[in-house]
Amino acid sequence: MTEREELLAARALTRRYPARGGVRGRGRRSGLLALDGVSLTLSSGEIVGLIGRSGAGKSTLARLMLGLETPDAGEVRFRGRDIRSLGRAGTRQFRTAVQIVFQDAEAAMDPRQRVESIVAEPVRIQRRRLGRAAFRTAALELLADVGLAGGVTLLEKYPHELSGGERQRVTIARALALDPSLLVLDEPVSALDLSVRGQVLNLLLTLHRRRHIGMLLIAHDLELVARICQRLVVMAGGRVVEEGPSERVLAHPSQSATRELLTASVGMG
Amino acid sequence: MSTLLQIENLAVAFPGADGVMRRVVDGVCLHVEEGDAMGVVGESGCGKSLTALAALRLVPEPGRIVAGTVMLDGEDVLAMAESRLEAVRGGIVGLAFQDASAALDPLRSVGFQVAEAARLHGPVSQQDTPGPGAALLRDVGLDAEALWRGYPHQLSGGQRQRVLLASALSGTPRLLIADEPTAALDTVAQSQLAELLARLRAQRGLTLVVISHDPRFIERVADQITVVYAGETVESGARVSVLGYPAHPYTLGLVALTKAARSAGDETFPSLPGTVPIPAEWGCCCRFASRCPSVFERCRERRPALAEIAPGRRARCFLWSEAEEPID
Repeated sequence: MTEREELLAARALTRRYPARGGVRGRGRRSGLLALDGVSLTLSSGEIVGLIGRSGAGKSTLARLMLGLETPDAGEVRFRGRDIRSLGRAGTRQFRTAVQIVFQDAEAAMDPRQRVESIVAEPVRIQRRRLGRAAFRTAALELLADVGLAGGVTLLEKYPHELSGGERQRVTIARALALDPSLLVLDEPVSALDLSVRGQVLNLLLTLHRRRHIGMLLIAHDLELVARICQRLVVMAGGRVVEEGPSERVLAHPSQSATRELLTASVGMG
Repeated sequence: MSTLLQIENLAVAFPGADGVMRRVVDGVCLHVEEGDAMGVVGESGCGKSLTALAALRLVPEPGRIVAGTVMLDGEDVLAMAESRLEAVRGGIVGLAFQDASAALDPLRSVGFQVAEAARLHGPVSQQDTPGPGAALLRDVGLDAEALWRGYPHQLSGGQRQRVLLASALSGTPRLLIADEPTAALDTVAQSQLAELLARLRAQRGLTLVVISHDPRFIERVADQITVVYAGETVESGARVSVLGYPAHPYTLGLVALTKAARSAGDETFPSLPGTVPIPAEWGCCCRFASRCPSVFERCRERRPALAEIAPGRRARCFLWSEAEEPID
């Protein structure tokens, strides 16, 4: 695999949600045009920041690119092929290679499962006949990878016994279980304390260096994500309004949506 | 200026699994002068929200306030009759709870909820058209006519937070407590919220207490700061001095999070190593000792007291004062 091979690409994606009587704003009658012809190419090993205000269409784009929802128009390509025509084996490959981490780690875990089965569930699904010892070793290795050294004690805990930062690390560990090529991270730190956000972002940087894993990092806090990302994609009102290398976008934002995010972020600091 | 809210050595306890009451807040001091914009900052789980609830004697069962004093405008909140408390809640102190989507009733329209709050504090007609509640919605920068019949799920996070603030203001309180108002808001909405709080303060002569884990937001909205760690106040004073020249190593750590986040080029993100200890791990000594870069012997043997280290400036740290808490 070359450094800049196209891994996952969105081509002119459009997605409209039916009208449900919104109070105001876009498409009260005609439904909400959540995505309006969005294209985005992710190369292997690249960290791309997808930024924009709440409601800009970031999460919708992510869901479509993961194949969790179908676009009204346009296509998503995985290694050059439309994800709707990958076939059984291809789809399996796609589902293994692209993993997601959600903002709300607590909601993303079954409260009645212990950490061990949460982390190793993808492994179990893939290799059905893994013995108990091998299963446990796999879980421990994954947790060590995300900086959780709690050992066997940690494996036996339930999600509610973990701190917010630990919970998010556990969901990252689970996403890594199948050794993916791309992690889609939807606001992975915005529910965390500022003190813990740094820890999780540092972890992402380490994972990128160690595993050369590609990442699509969705966030609204421009200041935090800009330094981790090589490229920034700015969304507003269901469209990509600006795109480019992080330094350029930060130093010379050409769009008002970018400037607004930048000002708010600097104002925060 | 007079003191509006004065909390001294507050302790709140909850029963543990064994039924024994265990203190989860123990040593919070909060002094708010009339007209202040007080920022209460500290990581999650330090007791900030419980402190806000305790100020109105709203600590949820089976929790109890087990020690300390809460004085509101010279009145002892802990000794108040229920009828007086009802008048004080919303009437003198408005509280905007954390998590706006959970604090609003999903089955009631925005108009109903704001009008309901307004009705509690005075005779208001039952009419369902935009009434006194509408003025409140306009005050917080919302389009009352458009939103009146809307339901919470139809609003953005920023709009929901504003509806909550409007309800908290319905009894025209002198003090507004906003608990983590930026949770779930994007940075632009946070920025707008900071402006709104400043405007409400100026227009209504409000005193503010804003609770947040994010020192960046606190820096924007507060002129006084109280830093809370592991159930106790560790530092307080004017914003410029507390954030500009932090005394307590914990404050220093929080400020470093914001400073380093601003400087470009550095590849790794600043973070505070470790986590806030749970009450069972507090021990008898300095609760920050396990994470403190400046820890020394005494910190592991004695618990420092919150002492005045400069006029208007207090810190709970042996680096600054010899004062210590009596051993239980």
